Amino acid sequence: MSENPTPGWSAVAVEGRPPALAADNITVVFGGLTAVKDVSFTVPDQGIVSLIGPNGAGKTTFFNVLTGLYGTERPGRVVLDGLDVTGLAPHKVAALGLARTFQNIRLFGLMTAEENVKVAMHSHLKSGVFGTVLRLPRQRREEREAHDAALDLLKFVGIGKSAYEYARNLSYGDQRRLEVARALALRPKVLLLDEPTAGMNPRESAEFVEFVHRVRDELKVSILLIEHDMSVVMRVSERITVLDRGEKIAEGTADEVRTNPRVVEAYLGSAAADNHVNIDDEPRERAS
Amino acid sequence: MGSTTFAVPETKRPQNVDRSRIGWPLGFTIASVVIVIFYGFVLPFLVPDVRTFVQNWMPLNQINDALIWAMSALGLNIVVGYAGLLDLGYVAFWAVGGYTAAWLMSDFGFGQKVNFDVLGNPNAGTVGGIHLNIVMVFVAAMAVCALMGVIIGAPTLRLRSDYLALVTLGFGEIIPQVFKNGDEDGIGFNLSNGTVGIGPMDTVPALGINRGEVKFGNLGPFDHVGRFIIFSLLTALIIFISLRIRQGRLGRAWLAIREDELAASAMGVPLMRAKLAAYAVGAVAGAIGGVAFTMQLGQARPDPFTFSVSITLLAMVVLGGMGNVWGVLIGALFLAWFNSVGLPQMGNSINDTFGTHIEFPSFSFLIFGGALVLMMLFRREGLLPESRTRLVLHEGATGDSEAEEPDQELVDQADVIKSGEVK
Repeated sequence: MSENPTPGWSAVAVEGRPPALAADNITVVFGGLTAVKDVSFTVPDQGIVSLIGPNGAGKTTFFNVLTGLYGTERPGRVVLDGLDVTGLAPHKVAALGLARTFQNIRLFGLMTAEENVKVAMHSHLKSGVFGTVLRLPRQRREEREAHDAALDLLKFVGIGKSAYEYARNLSYGDQRRLEVARALALRPKVLLLDEPTAGMNPRESAEFVEFVHRVRDELKVSILLIEHDMSVVMRVSERITVLDRGEKIAEGTADEVRTNPRVVEAYLGSAAADNHVNIDDEPRERAS
Repeated sequence: MGSTTFAVPETKRPQNVDRSRIGWPLGFTIASVVIVIFYGFVLPFLVPDVRTFVQNWMPLNQINDALIWAMSALGLNIVVGYAGLLDLGYVAFWAVGGYTAAWLMSDFGFGQKVNFDVLGNPNAGTVGGIHLNIVMVFVAAMAVCALMGVIIGAPTLRLRSDYLALVTLGFGEIIPQVFKNGDEDGIGFNLSNGTVGIGPMDTVPALGINRGEVKFGNLGPFDHVGRFIIFSLLTALIIFISLRIRQGRLGRAWLAIREDELAASAMGVPLMRAKLAAYAVGAVAGAIGGVAFTMQLGQARPDPFTFSVSITLLAMVVLGGMGNVWGVLIGALFLAWFNSVGLPQMGNSINDTFGTHIEFPSFSFLIFGGALVLMMLFRREGLLPESRTRLVLHEGATGDSEAEEPDQELVDQADVIKSGEVK
């Protein structure tokens, strides 16, 4: 809990624990276009890994395969914590412990922050129509516990004071935090963050890096990021996978990836690769 | 390793207390009791002028009708307002509920000479037919409609909103046609007695109040007070279910689906099951409305179950404020009254005053349509939008003693929403 926030990814993965999430040979074809081609990928247990790549590289498509939104061509497989979840509906995958946030925030705007979090507890709660209408003791206890858990989560992400605000009335940063709180309410094994720092200023992004570590350390969650902000990626990730045009072109630690010529070429063109520029050298242009 | 910036400020507001717990049942009971006392004990003894005026403008019979509309509108509100599924064929549940009641409590008996009597229906044993106790009829109709909801919903709820609306529209047309042609199915089985319909329905034993006389017995055609008591209890039941279910796990799932289907499924909400549940619960309320409707009419006929019923119910939900139980209740009561009493009466007054001969009731759909268009232009959230509910309730004298300071926060939120921000 209080260990060094950034151990090398090998330190986490070595101990022989099975990966929290493994995707084997994922291929997605839209009509004639191959959006993702034969990508294999693992998220080590309690690791923090990133998926990067230029626009249109297939990152989000790949994400959508993991969460069950898209299927994969055979023989692709998605294995979550030892369980084959290939082809399961998104809500089932979510209930089994794969939570996500969205690139363009997708909160339930006209529900309060607390309700937003409680929605994600749906699969952990049991009461049905009759229990709810008659307000049976079990349902009341369940609701009380859900309420407390929701408040705890909101406090954990730092928006405890806004628990009864409508989600759409929260500030942008708070909405991002609420999305994380909502995802955590699924009690996930793996948390997928889709461009979580989009629209944040450098200070907020820096705070976010710490926050990601805190989530991992305190809640024992494995984390997979899609991120454009190279400073965030380089600081937070224990391992980075780079996609370009649907294919995996590199994988490794931050240092390995930033100097990999193929990665530099994908991002900055071949001229930059020849000049030994690194992808996080340039002043970053704000994505979205 | 705690980071200071993500530190935890204390929650300021206390846990969301369910403030309407005593408030609304008390207010509803008071309103009902006042109406019962007025129509049962006071009105018959007033001077003729006043009596005629009340009979013209606010006849109890029409209030009963309005309550039936309100029950069904509240049921539709669960489907449309809570879960955001546009249903243009809600009349199908009315018809199924109504016909179930007619099958189970009349001399009809599917043309067979059976005589089936359960639990003391007072009409049993005269001609034949199935005569169930009214409570059992309600339960049976609710079960049948819930099943119908699931059967209709299972194949259709996979569709996205516009297509779903079209399919439900189809069902709303088909079901009444089935009943209309139910005597000519080609195998000699009489399902519904065709256009003639099934009737008369068994009378219902209940507390009747007539000209100040209270007695327990079978309700006659003019025992409006007795029927009012039953209908207001049923309405209260549906309000109760609507409010309770809104706060539970299922209600949250419905709102989430309404807000963002994709995000809801990514958060572990099973879309199909949640939608089916919304359909089934809505259908149950439709069944109650349907049984009450045939009870009021005294028979089940196919011709009242038309598309315009579905549309009127939808208009009630939209006008009242989708998702808000109180808005829908008031919208339904008002529209039903306006349609059956208000418009003709106002028309009469205008005609009398100006000596014109305008058929005002025939303009009802024009007025409805105009009102809906204006609503969509200027107040698309309805008369009583959902998010202001608590605020509005607090200002109202519903006997809620702990009416705190009128939450500035909610006022602000209401204003934001009111300003027409499109989601």
